Amino acid sequence: MEGKKGNKQKCKLSAMAKREERWGLLFVAAPAAGFLIFMLYPIIFAILTSLTTWNGAKGFQGMMDRFCGFDNYVKLFADKKFWQTLVTTTIYLLGIPIGMILGLLCAMGMNRKIPGVRVLRTMYYVPVISSLVSVSILWAWVYNYDYGLLNTIIKTLTGMHGPNWLGDEALIKVSMIIFMVWKGLGTSIILYLAGLQNIPRSYYEAAMVDGATGWQKFKNITLPLLSPVTFYILVTTLIGGFQVFVEVQVMTPSGNGGIGYSAATIVFYLYQKAFESFQLGYASAIAVILAIIIFIITLINFIGQNKWVKTMD
Amino acid sequence: MKNKDIMSSEVTSKKDKMINMIVLVLLSLGAVIMIFPLFYMIMTSFMTKNQYLSGQLRIIPNPWVWGKYAEVMAKGNFISGILNTVKVEIPVLLIGGFTSSLAAFAFAKMEFRGKGAIFMGLLATIMIPFAVIMIPQYVMFTKFGWTDTLLPLIIPACFGNISMVFFLRQNLSSIPNDLMDAAKLDGCGYFRTFLQIFFPLMKGAVGTQLTLWFMTIWNDYLAPTIFLRSEKNWTLQVVIRSFNTYYSIQSDYALIMAASVIAMLPTITLFFCFQRVIIESVAISGIK
Repeated sequence: MEGKKGNKQKCKLSAMAKREERWGLLFVAAPAAGFLIFMLYPIIFAILTSLTTWNGAKGFQGMMDRFCGFDNYVKLFADKKFWQTLVTTTIYLLGIPIGMILGLLCAMGMNRKIPGVRVLRTMYYVPVISSLVSVSILWAWVYNYDYGLLNTIIKTLTGMHGPNWLGDEALIKVSMIIFMVWKGLGTSIILYLAGLQNIPRSYYEAAMVDGATGWQKFKNITLPLLSPVTFYILVTTLIGGFQVFVEVQVMTPSGNGGIGYSAATIVFYLYQKAFESFQLGYASAIAVILAIIIFIITLINFIGQNKWVKTMD
Repeated sequence: MKNKDIMSSEVTSKKDKMINMIVLVLLSLGAVIMIFPLFYMIMTSFMTKNQYLSGQLRIIPNPWVWGKYAEVMAKGNFISGILNTVKVEIPVLLIGGFTSSLAAFAFAKMEFRGKGAIFMGLLATIMIPFAVIMIPQYVMFTKFGWTDTLLPLIIPACFGNISMVFFLRQNLSSIPNDLMDAAKLDGCGYFRTFLQIFFPLMKGAVGTQLTLWFMTIWNDYLAPTIFLRSEKNWTLQVVIRSFNTYYSIQSDYALIMAASVIAMLPTITLFFCFQRVIIESVAISGIK
């Protein structure tokens, strides 16, 4: 009797579970379908396209007719412009540690008992939420050789004409890095500030009892306990850093990537190859390389998280 | 002994006060540097050409020129740019917001096979840069006949926003499961449970996420430049960029700056209104 009842209940439960399963799958169907159609399929398609010299003509058949194996990749490795853009992209990444150090310093300052922290925090954050196109236009104007704000200030202070911020192959990279640090600083401040506020006060009090100096407290408590935040900022900004495009297109005169292509990034090169010279196959090969780079960063993220990141316990 | 202790703590607090003062001054200086370019942007939009091309450091407009904003608005492109952006925003936020909330509810509160795998699959897409998939998407949308319409910016987004799903799921995990069990016992259907019990509870989080999403769409540039060819379909950011290319040749920086200021207003206003929740939501992403 008892067993029968239990059995019946189990049957009923599994019918309910089935119902729940059907509804659950239905509820997540839209994002899942979106993922398959607009993400997974395009990735496979990009890999396929990268093995052809397709220019977009005659549909799928036209693409397969132009199959060329790994030719694009071989060409890419000998392509000076590709390496140049890869190097430039990497140089821009120098802005990441600069931004992180500045962000940490500002956050530590804001974590003290000083008035007006919220106002300060907001001021540093405004560039982050501003439209990238708008602020790129603004900075192109600030960097203007003849009449820009920066050179006007330099001239007023020193009496000499300032440098050509966007017209020099080396200096344009510095200018871009300054811009990127300015644009992104607010995010690292907010993330670091949240991280700092998460560290229990008792840790510092215990260190004080042990007679630790400020530097020791910073090195042995603050930095290790901030490592999850540091890691998060590093990974997200690295992934973002490999996708720089808008700044280059808007800030270089007539969007040509700067003198001697000096400001161009991988994504900028990819864009030009794809949508200006319609070398879809070649551009897809660049896209696949980009995907591999991002994938490696993500992988390091997963492996490194356990290795380098220290948690509260 | 006791006295000495008090004295030393007083000394440190005095020293602390000094440090705090220095920190405050430095931080304020930094904040001024951060804001100054934006301030100069607004000032330039009110200056005469003679002033901003004088090469002299004069920040305050003299005389003030108010006409540039009207001039920007009178350019046909500009209004149509705003309208096109709004035409993308409304369906995406309504439909995409709905599908994202529903999926987040299912991921957080329901049990079904493959849940973990599907969620991990979706989460992986956050890492995939748009640049990697833009060529295939372009080919696909051309085949659908969608290029040079707003559809490529609307339809994929309506399927849901993964980071929104992720955040809402996180938010829902703080709501006890008892509610779900109670609803089940009462024979309340799953959709009704979502709509009448859980959605009201996550309204705040949904609002924050939609605000952030609104800003992302508003500021989006790469996808619109690729998918929209003719000027009448351009979204605001593409229009602003074309203004810059066109009017910087004529050195009409006041006009360009006025256009950029207007383009930034909605996101800045939203940010000032919902500052606390927006910053909170950004901060959480780093800790979690």
